[in-house]
Amino acid sequence: MPHDHTEHEALVIEDDAGNIEAQIIVDALQDVLIAKGLLTAREVTGAIAKLESPGIHSGAKIVAKAWTDPAYKQRLLADGRAAVQELDIAVTEARIIVVENTVHVHNLITCTLCSCYPRSILGQPPSWYTSKAYRARSVRQPRQVLAEFGLELPETVQLTVHDSNADMRYLVLPQPPRDLQNKTASDLEAMISRDHLIGVARDIG
Amino acid sequence: MTRFAPGDRVQVLALGKIGHVRIPHYIRHHIGHVERYCGTYLNPEDLAVGNTSGRAVDLYRVIFSQARLWPDEAVPPHDTLIIEVYDHWLAHAEEAENAP
Repeated sequence: MPHDHTEHEALVIEDDAGNIEAQIIVDALQDVLIAKGLLTAREVTGAIAKLESPGIHSGAKIVAKAWTDPAYKQRLLADGRAAVQELDIAVTEARIIVVENTVHVHNLITCTLCSCYPRSILGQPPSWYTSKAYRARSVRQPRQVLAEFGLELPETVQLTVHDSNADMRYLVLPQPPRDLQNKTASDLEAMISRDHLIGVARDIG
Repeated sequence: MTRFAPGDRVQVLALGKIGHVRIPHYIRHHIGHVERYCGTYLNPEDLAVGNTSGRAVDLYRVIFSQARLWPDEAVPPHDTLIIEVYDHWLAHAEEAENAP
């Protein structure tokens, strides 16, 4: 007797290429809306461009500012969203929690249930962040995952994994480089990668 | 006045709800501590079915010992995991003896 799925909610049909079933529905809807003159292809392209325009540069700017301005760093840790907005970055997330790496602590961000990510600060997440493998293993075997990214975290350093399963969005504040005083803001921003801000990388420079 | 305060020992309930729930299975039944209160948010279980007029619910960040969450893994004892849990999925750990 085959297992009967009719009692369940609709299953999400997903493969490595993404959510195929939803893609077909979205494509059909877009065709209908364009055919009826309610939407133009240019508007769709524009909306996608707007979605994809934020990038790592905003995150790097926030971190470089926090490294060089102790009062700003305190405000950033107290209320991430308000401090990010001070830099004229438009935040669409309800709340941003900034978690600080120290000599003794390392932070790693994940979303086990889907792909929650501070998109207005960092842009779209990398494909591995939304993969089922990262989502499952980042909570269960985070140190092994970090090692696969080339980060052998010493056992003396406490690792805290943040699962952004609900309304908060997270940003890691990495430790500054040792020669911080000799760097300009743009030097510092260039040293900060997306991986540092997710926590799969640790050392700057 | 919220039901829980930072530092409170809490247990995640296994409410057995179907649909769009935001509490993953790996923390259900586990005991942790409230790390901070995050404010009130509309319940995603309502939002997922188009109900935007539901009551806003309290949200907390709860911290767990990784060694307790994953007893089969070799984990340094100080490693932790923090996750957000809505109020109705939590009980004070002492009162949760007979909870689902």
